[in-house]
Amino acid sequence: MTAIIAKRLVAAIPVLFGLSIIVFLMIALIPGDPATAILGSYATPENVQELNEDLGLDKSLPQQYLAWLSGVLQGDFGRSYALNRPVIDEVLERFQATLILAGASLVLASLFGLLAGIVSAVRQFGLADKAITLLVLIGISVPSFWLGLILILYFAVKIRLFPASGMEAVYGGGGPLDVLHHLVLPAVTLAVVATGVIARLTRTAMLEVLRQDYIRTARAKGLSERRVIYVHAFKAALVSVIPVIGIQAGFVLGGAVYIETVFQWPGIGAMLVNAISQRDILLVQGGVLVVAASYVLFNLLADILQVALDPRLK
Amino acid sequence: MKRILAAAIAAFGLMASAPASAQGDPNVLLVGQIAEPKSLDPQAVTATNDFRILVNVYDGLVRFRKGTLEVEPALATDWTISEDGLTYTFNLRDDVTFQDGTPFNAEAVKFTFERMLNDDHPFHDTGPFPLAFFFSSVDTITAVDEMAVEFKLKEPFAPFLSNLAYPTGLIVSPAAVEEHGADFGRNPTGTGAFKFEEWQANQRVVVSGFADHWEGAPKLEAVVFRPVGDANTRVAEMLSGGLDMMVEVPPDSLQTFDDDANFKVYEEAGPHLWFLILNTKEGPFADKKVRQAVNYAIDKQAIVENVLQGTAEVAAGPIPPAFEWANDGSVEPYPHNPERAKELIAEAGVEGADLTFYVAEGGSGMLDPVAMATAIQADLAEVGLNANIETYEWNTFLSNVNPGLEGKADMAEMAWMTNDPDTLPFLALRSDALPSEGGFNSGYYSNPEVDELLTKARQTTDQAERAEYYNQVQQIVHDDAPWAFVANWKQNAVTRAEVQNFSLEPSFLLILKDVSKG
Repeated sequence: MTAIIAKRLVAAIPVLFGLSIIVFLMIALIPGDPATAILGSYATPENVQELNEDLGLDKSLPQQYLAWLSGVLQGDFGRSYALNRPVIDEVLERFQATLILAGASLVLASLFGLLAGIVSAVRQFGLADKAITLLVLIGISVPSFWLGLILILYFAVKIRLFPASGMEAVYGGGGPLDVLHHLVLPAVTLAVVATGVIARLTRTAMLEVLRQDYIRTARAKGLSERRVIYVHAFKAALVSVIPVIGIQAGFVLGGAVYIETVFQWPGIGAMLVNAISQRDILLVQGGVLVVAASYVLFNLLADILQVALDPRLK
Repeated sequence: MKRILAAAIAAFGLMASAPASAQGDPNVLLVGQIAEPKSLDPQAVTATNDFRILVNVYDGLVRFRKGTLEVEPALATDWTISEDGLTYTFNLRDDVTFQDGTPFNAEAVKFTFERMLNDDHPFHDTGPFPLAFFFSSVDTITAVDEMAVEFKLKEPFAPFLSNLAYPTGLIVSPAAVEEHGADFGRNPTGTGAFKFEEWQANQRVVVSGFADHWEGAPKLEAVVFRPVGDANTRVAEMLSGGLDMMVEVPPDSLQTFDDDANFKVYEEAGPHLWFLILNTKEGPFADKKVRQAVNYAIDKQAIVENVLQGTAEVAAGPIPPAFEWANDGSVEPYPHNPERAKELIAEAGVEGADLTFYVAEGGSGMLDPVAMATAIQADLAEVGLNANIETYEWNTFLSNVNPGLEGKADMAEMAWMTNDPDTLPFLALRSDALPSEGGFNSGYYSNPEVDELLTKARQTTDQAERAEYYNQVQQIVHDDAPWAFVANWKQNAVTRAEVQNFSLEPSFLLILKDVSKG
């Protein structure tokens, strides 16, 4: 087990390295530069050049990349041009918020996705199955930023049950309950698509397992139907669903970009959107690196869980 | 299954009943901003969004008098200008302290400007200072005594005073800059009516009333600036009671607030101009008649009323009417007259000409650039000109337009917001302001008469005389039509009805020291 984890962690290094080069090149390729973004209408070629020199952007691309890389290897992620603060401070502050949102969404999606999938499989072709299949189809198809706005309109503006945006009450707020109160709408919005995907896969996996001989044996032994489904069948189905949940973690992190913008959630997704429009390359690099690293970790975690659950893989 | 469902519903109910926060606090104003500030170092930022916070935390030597773009004393009690317009001597208030307790004096003024302007200043590396060129005419700054400071200019520069009133001229605490270095922008310290308390990334900037402010403590206990980037979310937050005030209300939502007695809507025209740069160097627009034809062809009233839904006024020339002292209103906008446009186009012999039209997707002060471009394209088609729209993302757009339109495009959208009538024409209409010279004259307009008037207006410090020059510039440029003048934006804001003593300023700055709630 330890060997597997170590191997996977080592394999992640070239992935992150390659990713940093690709992101760096992509930002360099899109037209416009930080100086133009900072100066706005005042961006004369002369002013732009002067500011680029101040920011160290007059150097060649490989030079800039190497300077960044050698900084990172020494734990220095550089300074954001747009925010004029160390990248690492901003990224860590923002990543906490994203973890809360993505974590809550993933829990919601797993909980409701698994439940819906089981019910669907057990009542195959029944009314519940049809209703769930329809809901799942709608859930997967609805654009999440639109759903977010609709939820805000109803729950925040109309019936005023939840706040429209932010992570804490802006003044005199704070505390876990307050964050939870703010978390409901964005977490639900973000969870919808992942719930649908997990529900579909759970249904398929459950249907497959329920046809196995050992399930028939379990039933023949006279075990209660509940026990057969939730213990024997579900545990086996879970093995093939867990990697999908790991992949969904990646999608949830990606989806957070829109949701954080709509709900003004102070996470890393909203930060990346701003950083890209500001051509704030170091902030983009730092942010992408953290998101990618956590994606790798989520998947590793899913693999470990899978191994733990499935004796055949040990 | 049912048990789980019941538990979920119970949990949901619990979350919903969590404390709805102290948003009703009568002495705390919650302001919805359009974005997170970049920095709260007044010399380091360029965005109006950041200025709205800065002017409440810092004071300048001078400021714009309430409701105008005219300069009045602030930290300086009075000043003298030498005969040749080269030496400005300011006497400073002696009852002012910074929020960190250090005294405000001539050394602090000198420090503020030298940090920005001198490459060898020990704290110059706390920049970059992108708008330092506002003060590029400054040669030396001397503390004459504890409470008097003298600026010597390299050349006469009449907009100097209004540049000092601009946020780039706000005075910083030298002690705080020395303490925080490059992080000063996150630990702002000035002499303003509100003292900085905290900044949480993308959540809030909190400032509290500064009891020792030289004009007396403000009525509000605190102001919280919240970045809410998505306009729809900002409106929802306002409607749901999460904000007391929001700026830049989308035109679609203004009516909703206007019809609701719980809210008050504010509008104020500012020193903003939305125009089309016309390429006067080559192609159809090298002929003045065609340029005038475009001005006649565009139905500006329809754009202002239908596309912008009343959030702007029709523009007449390069000097926005918000500069009341420099614009006597004698120049009227080009009327919408397609027949006249067709005649002019026929005289110039360019019927059916194809035009390349650069359009931005968004951008500072650009209003609704794509919809406006589409309306303009239709107006031009009606008089027989085929405008082909090319749309660019804002930064890309600027890096295409600012180096000049030659060989690329016939016309391009643009918008400017300034603090002095000098700024826009001086940077974008003079013969010496071509992109190759570091200026913004991307359409290559050149009229020696305009050049001379603008230079004279810079050199005199007599405001009435300056006003006379600007009125002439307005007339000539209107007639030469190097641009198509389209709109002057009215900024807007909405507050809850209980917010008192608030008004929008033509400078687009958000002054909150007199505001109260309840």
